[in-house]
Amino acid sequence: MSLIVTRGLTKTFSGRVTALAELTVDVPAGVVGLVGANGAGKSTLIKILLGLLPATAGSARVLDLDVAEQSQQIRELVGYMPEHDCLPPDVSATELVVHLARMSGLPTTAARERAADTLRHVGLYEERYRPIGGYSTGMRQRVKLAQALVHDPRLVLLDEPTNGLDPAGRDDMLALIRRIGTVFGISVLVTSHLMGELERVCDHVVVIDGGRLLRSASAADVTGVTQKLTLEVSDRADEVSRRLAAAGVAVRPVGAVLEIELVDEATYDMVRDVVAEVGVGLVRLQRGRHHMLDIFRQEAVAP
Amino acid sequence: MTSETGAIHDIGYRRYDGPRLGPTYIGRSLFVHSLRGAFGIGRSARSKVMPLLLLAVMTVPALIMAAVVIITGADELPLEYTRYPVSLQVVVTIFVAAQAPQSVSRDLRFRVVSLYFSRPLSRHAYVQAKFLAMTVALLVLIAAPLIVLYAGALLAELSFWDNTRDVAVGLAGAVMFAVVLAGLGLVIAAFTPRRGLGVAAVVAVLLVLAGVAGTVQGIATEEQRDDVAGWAGLISPFTLVDGVQSWVLGAEPSTVEGPPGATGGVVFLSVAVLLVAACYGLLLLRYRRVSAA
Repeated sequence: MSLIVTRGLTKTFSGRVTALAELTVDVPAGVVGLVGANGAGKSTLIKILLGLLPATAGSARVLDLDVAEQSQQIRELVGYMPEHDCLPPDVSATELVVHLARMSGLPTTAARERAADTLRHVGLYEERYRPIGGYSTGMRQRVKLAQALVHDPRLVLLDEPTNGLDPAGRDDMLALIRRIGTVFGISVLVTSHLMGELERVCDHVVVIDGGRLLRSASAADVTGVTQKLTLEVSDRADEVSRRLAAAGVAVRPVGAVLEIELVDEATYDMVRDVVAEVGVGLVRLQRGRHHMLDIFRQEAVAP
Repeated sequence: MTSETGAIHDIGYRRYDGPRLGPTYIGRSLFVHSLRGAFGIGRSARSKVMPLLLLAVMTVPALIMAAVVIITGADELPLEYTRYPVSLQVVVTIFVAAQAPQSVSRDLRFRVVSLYFSRPLSRHAYVQAKFLAMTVALLVLIAAPLIVLYAGALLAELSFWDNTRDVAVGLAGAVMFAVVLAGLGLVIAAFTPRRGLGVAAVVAVLLVLAGVAGTVQGIATEEQRDDVAGWAGLISPFTLVDGVQSWVLGAEPSTVEGPPGATGGVVFLSVAVLLVAACYGLLLLRYRRVSAA
């Protein structure tokens, strides 16, 4: 069964701004990435799925419940982590999460137990008794995640959970998201404007742009197309490029560097050998981080 | 399960199979949470100071009056039950101004509402719980001194029946004050998300209106226009409710002139009912806009 099903889902604001345009997509269970540039319609889609915003046209079902008619039941079974800051500074994480657990219908004793468990799972320990006002961005994101998980939902909708985090915090958050999907057994729909970070944790990726569906595919398919290496050599880049091409590697000069399509591990060996043969210095060899628009361009060029 | 070695074990993720209670439980929980919040219970010590201080300021005059009646053996209370809330309207106003923004502006300003509305709680239920909590909080504030006065009257062995009837009227009036002031306070606070502004706005509206009503009544009495003085009671929420309780419950008006005649009484009552309905409607409208944002 698909977790989320939309059919011709359209949302226009005041009849002028189009946030979603006839979006038809089936999202499977598991960890699913929803990728799009800012303003692509990700947050609007999430709000419609929660029944917080009525769709202009089309329909959507979450966990086989209709968003227009059964939104209350959906909200019982779904957790939501907003993109923006949404925490009051004057209460502790424990107090807030216990209160919000009750707001999801958990009796007080269960709410306390679940809040303590969940805060521990997201990695908040002693600090959870201190007022939220003094927390770092990383801790705030964890509290936001904990309140989305506290009622043991079947699906969590995470809107840009890595926003504002430093690289280490980003890695922790992504690992946690992976854990939610695999160890906790809760399906995840996570949005991001960065393709690169989601391909590491997602089973499936949905790409939208301007409210339209660009792609919906398993992560393996998507990364197969997108993985690229950036190669920078100290000298004679054109000769390296020629030799690589002769060896059967797809290579394209981009300014001073070369962009190489990564097929498998052997590609690295090939690059190493060619650079050694030409006898130039290897300045940089790096996996490319791709903006989701790259996928779009690639699709357009080589279907 | 306790571990014999005393080591902390990662018990892994546990699913929740227990009951998920319905909208009634959720609404009631929010009501209790908000009511406790209005008196700073379950909050920091700092947020307890203001409401408890105001409750004390509100009750101390009643204690003094009760003591005076008991000691001097006077044959009636120095102030009618129904006039007490109007006499101490400044204290009531400050309480509304401090606690209404605490109750709603905080959720709006820090966008906590998005966490509420992504749960089974409906916007209606949220508004109802907040409205009811503010009303009950105000009722506690206004009724506490009336109970003190009543206890004092009984200890001074004043007429049991007269006082029981009068305190009942006073408490009924207290409910009206609480509903009207809670509605106004919450609406003003909900439209001014910055807490400081909300406090100032509530104080300004309630005190300015009371001032205008008092001035108009003063001038009208001077000019011997009792009808104008009576109608002027519509201007301030305090004199409005005072007019309603004097017409509906037969209480002695606290102002120079109560609502003029039966027509006046009907008008005062209708205005009060419409005011409360309008406040509720405006709050719903406010939260409809919020969650769409």
